Amino acid sequence: MSGNTGKQPTRFHRKEVQKMMVKNARKAKIVDKIVSIFAILCVILAVIPLSSILFEVIKDGIAAINWDFLTGKPSAIGRAGGGIGPAIQGTLIVVGLATMIGAPIGILTGIYLSEFAGGGSFPNGVRFFNEVMTGLPSVVMGIVGYILIVINIGSFSVWAGAFSLSIIMIPIVSRVTEETIKIVPNSIREAGFALGIPKWKIILFITFKSAVSGILTGVVLAIARIAGETAPLIMTILGTSLFFTGFNSPVDALPLRIWRLSSQPYESAQEQAWGAALILILMVLILSVALRLLAQRRGLAVKAEI
Amino acid sequence: MLTKKNLASTFLKGKRRGDKIFRGIVIAASSYSALMLILVAFAVGEGALPIFSQEGFQFVVGTDWNAVYGRESFGALPYIIGTLLSSAIAMAIGVPISLGIAIFVTEMAPRRLSTPLSFVVELLAAVPSIIYGLWALFVFRFWVRDLIERPLYEHLNWIPFFDKTPFGLDIFTAGIVLSIMIIPIISSITREILLVVPNSQREAAYSLGATRWGTLRTAIFPYAKSGILGASFLGLGRAIGETILVTMIIGNAIGPAAIPTTLFSQGQSLASLIANEFNEAASDLHLSALIGLGAILLLLSMIINIGARFMVSRMVKVVPGGRE
Repeated sequence: MSGNTGKQPTRFHRKEVQKMMVKNARKAKIVDKIVSIFAILCVILAVIPLSSILFEVIKDGIAAINWDFLTGKPSAIGRAGGGIGPAIQGTLIVVGLATMIGAPIGILTGIYLSEFAGGGSFPNGVRFFNEVMTGLPSVVMGIVGYILIVINIGSFSVWAGAFSLSIIMIPIVSRVTEETIKIVPNSIREAGFALGIPKWKIILFITFKSAVSGILTGVVLAIARIAGETAPLIMTILGTSLFFTGFNSPVDALPLRIWRLSSQPYESAQEQAWGAALILILMVLILSVALRLLAQRRGLAVKAEI
Repeated sequence: MLTKKNLASTFLKGKRRGDKIFRGIVIAASSYSALMLILVAFAVGEGALPIFSQEGFQFVVGTDWNAVYGRESFGALPYIIGTLLSSAIAMAIGVPISLGIAIFVTEMAPRRLSTPLSFVVELLAAVPSIIYGLWALFVFRFWVRDLIERPLYEHLNWIPFFDKTPFGLDIFTAGIVLSIMIIPIISSITREILLVVPNSQREAAYSLGATRWGTLRTAIFPYAKSGILGASFLGLGRAIGETILVTMIIGNAIGPAAIPTTLFSQGQSLASLIANEFNEAASDLHLSALIGLGAILLLLSMIINIGARFMVSRMVKVVPGGRE
């Protein structure tokens, strides 16, 4: 909170405001109309792109989708036919693996920050570092995955991609977990302590359990976010037209496949790019909408993305 | 620290091995998550070391980009300019519109309208950037070219900004699409900030006969100023780091040609050059130069983010989930 809680901002004394209002009454009304129209215009301007994106993706995407497209391998460049099977499989594997690394660490960090840590320098450092991490460009995470993993094992790999995505995921999950667990009323914990239950059991079976829907919300939010990431995957999993062959070799992913397809000059490739985009947007939007509905039912306020 | 909460475990010190183990686990996880930032900084710093020791400060202010063996020369200036210019365009368009949306949602719209509207705006935030890129590449760039750039070029080409035949794939288009991408982020945080402005501020201004705009200007904006500024900076951080979307539509110029002379010039941003060349790096030095671009990008976005968080947290705690 800034300093003037409960006070008038010092720059505007009542008299001054009053005088100004009376003097400018007519002008003010016109300006007010203009501002209102401007605000409405802004809303319309923002809704146009969303409807256009959804319209184009659905219109062009549906035409491309059939069973072979969803399960088949990509055909040679410039040839019609082929599918995005490896891309769907790769996205599921890489995002799944990233979630298996990122979610537990994020949740445990959140538990530490809310249940164990006070305001010492270590917990504050962890909080600060996580906040800074949230805003870092995802392409940098890809570089890190490349330097730490790809160079060391000598091949583009699933691990490197999952590691890069998990770095993006951890701060989101830990922040949501910390905030959600903080809301759990203290009386529940005290009841547990009164029964002589060890603290770790109280945290896992009482506090965590009552906060689990909120934490799940955070995890789903983070999954939706990393499923759409393209940049960190370029230098970690590379992309290939083959199905999964092992954790130490390249795989494909939907965002990467969309990028590759869209940069080909062939109409058939572009149609497929729209099809892949429809699959990706369905995955992400279904996750987000389900999340919103769940959160609304639980009375939690969820922010789309930060 | 003896609070009611952990009184029991203090009492039973030594008898609870489980507590110690659990505490160890959560501290280990926290250390890991904190270590990540240090790891990121070190990995990028180490990878960028060869280029900085070869070119020195020339890497930041140079304009050449030549990966041919024996004539290697790398300079990041055109891409720094491209990054800053496209983000500046995004901010110039995105911030006023976001502010308008936030004002409409919090101050004007009835509840029946404002709830679904903020829902739609937040959906926009969930759309992956590759999809914005695809849409911009095949749909939106023609709108920009035919509806905005052509008229500007035909009627205002005596202004040097507009004096180039527009093509649709340029810094201007990249800036506009970036603005579309950051509007949901800025407007949803601004909305949160306007919601925490106490109602007494509004009531005081209204009771003195202020119009809605008068109330906003005299009672609400002064109160929410630092928060709105911080929200804009968070959007800026996002725009600067955005990669794939920019790669698809900025035009991908290289070397001195990437320094924009008009708004409709093909350009290149730090992130987009990394995405374009990383897998085709011709030599170790070329790779190090690309990582060096990443280091500059990292530094830029860190400064912006820390500044933004500081400003927003002075006003309201911004949380990616949970109760505000």
